[in-house]
Amino acid sequence: MRCFVGIDLGSTTTKAVVLDEASEVLGRGITNSRSNYDLAAEIARTEAFVSARFRLLERAVERAAGRETLARLLRAFRLEQMLTQLSALRGKVEEEIGKRPVPGQKALRAAVAAIFDGIVAEEEARFLEADPPARSDFFRDAAGSAYARLAERAAAASGGAVTFDALLGLYDQCIVRVENEPLELGFREHIGQALERVGNASGVREAVDAAVDAPLDPVATVGTGYGRARLPFPKEQIRSEILCHGLGAHVLFPGTRTVLDIGGQDTKAIQVDPAGIVTSFQMNDRCAAGCGRYLGYIADEMNMGLHELGPLALGSRRPVRITSTCTVFAGAELRERLSLGERREDILAGLHRAVILRAMSLLARSGGIDDEFTFTGGVAKNPAAVEALRRLVAENYGERRINISADSIYTGALGAAHFARRGAAA
Amino acid sequence: MSDQDKDRSMLLQKEMLAEHYRRLEAAPETREPVVYTFVPGNLTELIRSFGALPVLPEINALQSAMRGKSQGYIAAAEKGGHSEDVCSYVKCDIGMARAGNVGPTGTRLPKPDLLLLSYTGCYTFMKWFELLREEYRCPTVFLQVPYEGDGSQTPAMRAYVARQIRETLIPALEKATGRRYDEDRLKESLARSRAAEDDLVAVLQSARKTPSPIDAYFGAVYYVGPIFSAFRGTEEGLAYYRALREEVEQRAARAEGPATPAGRLDAQKYRLVVEGPPNWTHFREFWRMFAEEGAVVVASTYSKVGGTYDLGFRHDPADPLGTLADYCSGCYTNRSLPARVEMLERYCREYSADGFLVHSVKSCNSFSAGQLTMLREVERRTGLPGAFIESDLVDARYFSAANLKNRLESYFQMLEARRTGAAVPA
Amino acid sequence: MTEPSPRAAVVDWAAQIAEDLDFAAARAHLAENPGRKAAGYLPVYAPREIVRAAGMLPVGVHGGGDRLEIIRGDAFYQSYICHLPRSVIELAQSGRLDFLSAVLFPATCDVIRNLSGTWQLVSPEVYVRYLDLPQGGASELAAEFWKEELGVLAADLGRIAGRAVTGDSLREAIAAYNAVRSLIRELYRVRRETPWRVPSEELYLLLRAGETVPLEAFVERARAYLAAVEADAGRVRDKARVVVVGAFCEPPPIGLIKTVERAGCSIVDDDFLLGNRMIDGDVPLDGDPLGALARAFVGRAVRNSTLYEADPEGKRRLIGERVAAARADGVIFASASFCDPALLDRPMLRAGAEAACIPCIAFQFAENTGQFQQFREQAGTFADAIKLWGGE
Repeated sequence: MRCFVGIDLGSTTTKAVVLDEASEVLGRGITNSRSNYDLAAEIARTEAFVSARFRLLERAVERAAGRETLARLLRAFRLEQMLTQLSALRGKVEEEIGKRPVPGQKALRAAVAAIFDGIVAEEEARFLEADPPARSDFFRDAAGSAYARLAERAAAASGGAVTFDALLGLYDQCIVRVENEPLELGFREHIGQALERVGNASGVREAVDAAVDAPLDPVATVGTGYGRARLPFPKEQIRSEILCHGLGAHVLFPGTRTVLDIGGQDTKAIQVDPAGIVTSFQMNDRCAAGCGRYLGYIADEMNMGLHELGPLALGSRRPVRITSTCTVFAGAELRERLSLGERREDILAGLHRAVILRAMSLLARSGGIDDEFTFTGGVAKNPAAVEALRRLVAENYGERRINISADSIYTGALGAAHFARRGAAA
Repeated sequence: MSDQDKDRSMLLQKEMLAEHYRRLEAAPETREPVVYTFVPGNLTELIRSFGALPVLPEINALQSAMRGKSQGYIAAAEKGGHSEDVCSYVKCDIGMARAGNVGPTGTRLPKPDLLLLSYTGCYTFMKWFELLREEYRCPTVFLQVPYEGDGSQTPAMRAYVARQIRETLIPALEKATGRRYDEDRLKESLARSRAAEDDLVAVLQSARKTPSPIDAYFGAVYYVGPIFSAFRGTEEGLAYYRALREEVEQRAARAEGPATPAGRLDAQKYRLVVEGPPNWTHFREFWRMFAEEGAVVVASTYSKVGGTYDLGFRHDPADPLGTLADYCSGCYTNRSLPARVEMLERYCREYSADGFLVHSVKSCNSFSAGQLTMLREVERRTGLPGAFIESDLVDARYFSAANLKNRLESYFQMLEARRTGAAVPA
Repeated sequence: MTEPSPRAAVVDWAAQIAEDLDFAAARAHLAENPGRKAAGYLPVYAPREIVRAAGMLPVGVHGGGDRLEIIRGDAFYQSYICHLPRSVIELAQSGRLDFLSAVLFPATCDVIRNLSGTWQLVSPEVYVRYLDLPQGGASELAAEFWKEELGVLAADLGRIAGRAVTGDSLREAIAAYNAVRSLIRELYRVRRETPWRVPSEELYLLLRAGETVPLEAFVERARAYLAAVEADAGRVRDKARVVVVGAFCEPPPIGLIKTVERAGCSIVDDDFLLGNRMIDGDVPLDGDPLGALARAFVGRAVRNSTLYEADPEGKRRLIGERVAAARADGVIFASASFCDPALLDRPMLRAGAEAACIPCIAFQFAENTGQFQQFREQAGTFADAIKLWGGE
């Protein structure tokens, strides 16, 4: 089966999208960009192909055994993947313990065994739940939060023989190494084990085998994003993220005429024509003021998760006016505001508004906001930013349809995949 | 570029400059008087008619940057109390003066016998010479050239400048050089200016051809060098422009493009009009970003800072002081924003441009303040897509190669996509 | 409820007008006088006499300070350009300046100069004039040029106002502004001599309000304020006497002025709203009024960073002279970020101050700076240090 690949090497995350010949999205992959772009691209791409194969499998299994079986199979597959990664992590942690002074090793080994056994048990229990709570797609986040929780318990149980900090230190040391090794995602093996786990329902194995064996032939790939120059592609296969974002937004919402993307390190305001071709664009100037990274610093400063900022800010009734979105001074400004006795939610609401105000000027520079208006990038997931944007758009441009896709993080990769398809067709 | 790849005119220019700096170095012994003055509104013929040698501080600054010296000079000026916020030409020049006044070719520059402050199109000029006066403690004479706020020079403005030249400048030059004003000598020089100006305009307008035999921004920097600085009205200048014109006409006849850091640019994919001065710290790297993408600049406003000859002005020996007043008034940065927009619009049309680009430099408010409005206005009037990029004149801290390359690539791909957009299957 | 004191009444009036981003007072005045028009002017110096002589209301346009949120203005200006023009554009784009029939842009710097062109492009229906102030020192040639320019302005404004500027109307306007100048000199004198009686924030607000209301309203309030100050000896406070230099165009936030004075300094001279004091003394009323106005500027404009300094020693001497005239203890260089005139002048002025052993500190602000902690610390330390040095 012919397919087309788009890879978006962003400053924070790397995304890949696989399209089939009917332009339907077959698969998507995402990973942290780290300092190694080549590796990030490879991992995202592999993940996208796994998910593409999955999509094929889903189509086949759904046809053969119905939706419910399919859902269970998918979860079983995720579980197998998780267990493999956990086992890799456990191996590294144990290896690390081996390098420590001998007297402490035994207690550490016991504690670590308790932690990993605990996580495995939790994961298996999660699998049995009908509707487990949503969580991060990243192994680092999912495993990390469980590890920390169980490490606290293990430290307490050891009666002082091991400390929480020591256990967490082991995790921090090893997680990077696990992430930086391309994982044997072993689709075939994992799906086999997953099938066992869901009890080999009739017809499912045949459908799975057919899907697994179907050849996926990536006939064209286009790379984009901040690190695109690092991709080992010929120049014709590289497109600027501006073009890819414009086209991606057009694919997601065909009525799109204006696109705002607020990513980690840059903000883009793009105007596109009815075919999704960029007609004008503006990017932020050289500093990262007003970009996603700025909110990241604020979250660090407040000792909060990035995803917690927006919901807290929404609780504000009297937003503080923030005049500077300078990343360098973010911490100082925040501390002074707090010391003046301003409420956290009011400060946060002001900060979100300041970020959106920066975006508003880029939009104005690029030619304003036309209907429809599509908002993408990590900050589009932040409800307080979205709220501030809605208000400012209405105040300054009147009624505009504002599109936000749950998959907006893939917009650039999606556009790149469409360029790959168009290029192959031309 | 090795010497044999260089155009004959370039070698000629190099010799002229080397000779000029040799004379300057020897000036303390030969007792040739030295007058410092600025490029816009430079009264080279008048200065030379008194047997004095001109020194242009902007040229020193930009050449220092091209030789990688500017950062140290700027640091010295900032250490001496100058703000990071202000013009880097000024700081570079002050740093150079304090570091022994070694000029662009490595020879020592003499101190000025007179600072001729031709206050034309740039507020900072005034401060610059007030500051240099502190360094050199020498006489300073001031010439106010009124700004063409309403788009043209009024008779009162013309009379004011001409009278200042007669009543203030000439006596100051007589005093500084010990020579009497010799109008016949000035007239002869103005006649030579006029002839060289004809040749320069022919060179600049050769870019109307496809392919363009010149790059009218990066390449034009060299072409305008002699006439914007010490050589207007000289025999050497006259010979240079004759040779340059021949060379360019031959290139045009062979349908060849200009030499660039990426080789000869015959295959010209994009024809651009550029507003704003170039960056000097990474001049060739910056040029390469254009040339490698097949972009040639067909018209620029920067090549008009020392005179807008292509709009019809020529020095007129019949009215020496009046013509100098006209010359000063018409320099690009002395023109109103609407007049600048009209020039850009005209260039886009007359030079069959595919797009226009604003390179905005942090240092120069005379150029930069209002450029975003100009960008939108030119886009509106021509329907051509504009691009906006930012860096600085001679402060390398503001030149972000990755950032500029990203924007330029995006822009060129956008031009390409717009050109072929309709032809690509959706 | 008790009546506010006469002084508080003036200050409240001034604060309300100075902080009103919609220029309600000016608009109300125009509404009450059908047919009357208004002409805005940017910092630093505009010949308001000509505006008045044409029967128009002159209105100072000094930006929106920290009260104005910038939504459209940033689309016009790069991050390395000072805050004032984006704030002015924001006022214009939001319709807050739509009552101005003309806007004048004095030769303060290239940013203000180019703002005139932006205005021509963005608001072609408004009369825009760039005022190229005569530079180069006192010369008859410069005075003639400036008189010519003033003549063009007078003719243009007369046409817009529908009321030609005459010798009589000019003389009336000059006399009226002589009165304003004299009042302002008096206010500055009282503050210089007894700074504890005239807090600088009050003086600033009064002057700022005075630039958006008819001159008569300002004169009335300023007189009332002076009378109230005379009647109230106030409590003498021992603070460091400072001259604040460099804030002549983009205004500092009020909070900054308050911060400096609350941190132990008394401002005894400054550059705030300098256009009001650009011409030192009265403009003669005899003879040709345009010529008198032109010569008053050419001959007597106070030395400042927006004008060329013809005297080679001038820059180095300036601070010493101002400090001596104000009997100040030190200098605070307070410039707006990215302000070319102030920042390029500073090394020369500072070198002169240091050579004369005048203590100085320097900081940068923007009109919308919201955080004053660092200014408080610097000004406080400075005041303490001055008191220590003073004891030597």
